[in-house]
Amino acid sequence: MLDKLTDRKRKTKLAILILVFMTLCFAAIFLFVGLTEKNIHFYLPRRLERVGAVLLVSYCIGSSSVVFQTITNNRILTPSVMGLDSLYMFIQTVVVFFFGSRQIAMMTGQVNFLISVGAMVFASWVLFFLLFKGEGKNVYFLVLAGMILGSFFSGLSTFMQVLLDPNEFLVLQGKMFASFSNINNDLLGLCVLIVGICILITIKDYSSLDVLSLGVDHGINLGISYKGLVLRNLMVISVLISVSTVLVGPITFLGILLVSLARQIVPTYKHSILITVSTLLGCLSLLGGLLMIERIFKYETTISVVINFVGGIYFIYLMLKESKK
Amino acid sequence: MISIKNISKKYGEKHVVDHVDLDIPKGKIIAFIGSNGAGKSTLISIISRTLSKNSGEVYIDEKELKEWKSKELSKRLSILKQSNYLNIRLTIKELVSFGRFPYSNGKLTKEDEKIVDDAISYMKLEDLQDRYLDELSGGQRQMAYIAMIIAQDTEYVFLDEPLNNLDMRHSVHIMKIIRKLVDDLGKTVMVVIHDINFVSCYADYIVAMKDGKIVEEGATENILKSNVLKEVYGMDIGIHQINGKNICLYYD
Repeated sequence: MLDKLTDRKRKTKLAILILVFMTLCFAAIFLFVGLTEKNIHFYLPRRLERVGAVLLVSYCIGSSSVVFQTITNNRILTPSVMGLDSLYMFIQTVVVFFFGSRQIAMMTGQVNFLISVGAMVFASWVLFFLLFKGEGKNVYFLVLAGMILGSFFSGLSTFMQVLLDPNEFLVLQGKMFASFSNINNDLLGLCVLIVGICILITIKDYSSLDVLSLGVDHGINLGISYKGLVLRNLMVISVLISVSTVLVGPITFLGILLVSLARQIVPTYKHSILITVSTLLGCLSLLGGLLMIERIFKYETTISVVINFVGGIYFIYLMLKESKK
Repeated sequence: MISIKNISKKYGEKHVVDHVDLDIPKGKIIAFIGSNGAGKSTLISIISRTLSKNSGEVYIDEKELKEWKSKELSKRLSILKQSNYLNIRLTIKELVSFGRFPYSNGKLTKEDEKIVDDAISYMKLEDLQDRYLDELSGGQRQMAYIAMIIAQDTEYVFLDEPLNNLDMRHSVHIMKIIRKLVDDLGKTVMVVIHDINFVSCYADYIVAMKDGKIVEEGATENILKSNVLKEVYGMDIGIHQINGKNICLYYD
């Protein structure tokens, strides 16, 4: 009888190994195909940077989506429902609207990064604290408030964008789609630092989150400190989402795809495994998407389009499947 | 010992639990009875810290709830609620292993594994232990949850309607297990039950509630009387001696 459990553990290990191997293959193709002695000094560092960004963004999206689903006890929500993407677009729109596109062109570096990340993190933390202080308020209330604020911000952004000069709007549009092609070198180091701190803070929470996936009452019964755990992890989620959004653009839609695939590949409740697998899947899909765009479509489309297309089809499949249950 | 001082819980303006004081005796089966909405589940949710209270204090072994660390308290006190819907797919064994979380933090030691195995065999679930919970009947699932509570190995155990939706065989089995937990292992089990005859046959002590207040409490034989039950449930309940047990008849 015990074989069943060990068998599942072996399958999980095998799946992770295959994913690691495939990710390494993709990364190798991405890094080395087309390199010559002449262009190696130009291409290799830039490609390495992009692979680094892919890894970082995959972790941000994978881990925040897995943890968010546990906290909300819901398998089809991702942190994107909290409207951080919309807030990001709103900040960029406001800058262009009031200061012009030259300002935003000048602000590509750390200043824009810190302002955007700071504002997004600040806004979500204020929301968390306000909502968690009240009696009888729960996580769903928080998600709902996030959704409403999200559509409020995207409405405001659309309004301002309509009033913009078409040339200014074009500059702004560049910020609306995720892109790995012009990542700022200095920012990547800063992001690695921030994400590293986030990992350190949350890694010891994984086992408590495993328990929380039984539900709030069972979790409290088994001795997790619910409020602290949820608040801490929501705060970290907002940091991770902000970092990945500001680094490459709105890309949180990928989350639902990654987590659902991860759950199908490794049927487990363990967060350490789910997050690892989601991150690997994120690397695979982003590297695959980048390869398609750069080598097949020759930059005629963006990675958001590819990912949203594939993700959208998968989401419809997921809905149909869940409704049959 | 668990003692409760002046506990209140309000939803809006309505007191669901209304200034309740209670000392819970140790080493007994304590049954909470009363009609729906009397505040039984709310009261035990408050005692087991899964629901916040508006006022009052709960002392567990002379320490107020607030002073307890959640993890330490989960080694002293456990609760199983009525509805147990799971969003994840688990086998019985995995579920029961969660009961050791307060001790092992997710990494089971040899000793933990033995306790898990013991809990599973205590509930006679050995043959089912590798089956997934969603493949089981309601009764088997309830047995699995109780096995988890047994693996948690706490002195105080709260069960909120453990017999809900179960057939007679499972109900009797669960009540016998509870009896064994108290008699053999010296635990204190607090249980909300609607079937008054199970209370009569198995409980040592009864706390009767009505409209958020405790109306009567005492040893089972002192509470199971027609006039007391009339006050609690608002209906005439005849009590008959059958094979030395008090059996309530209330079907007409």
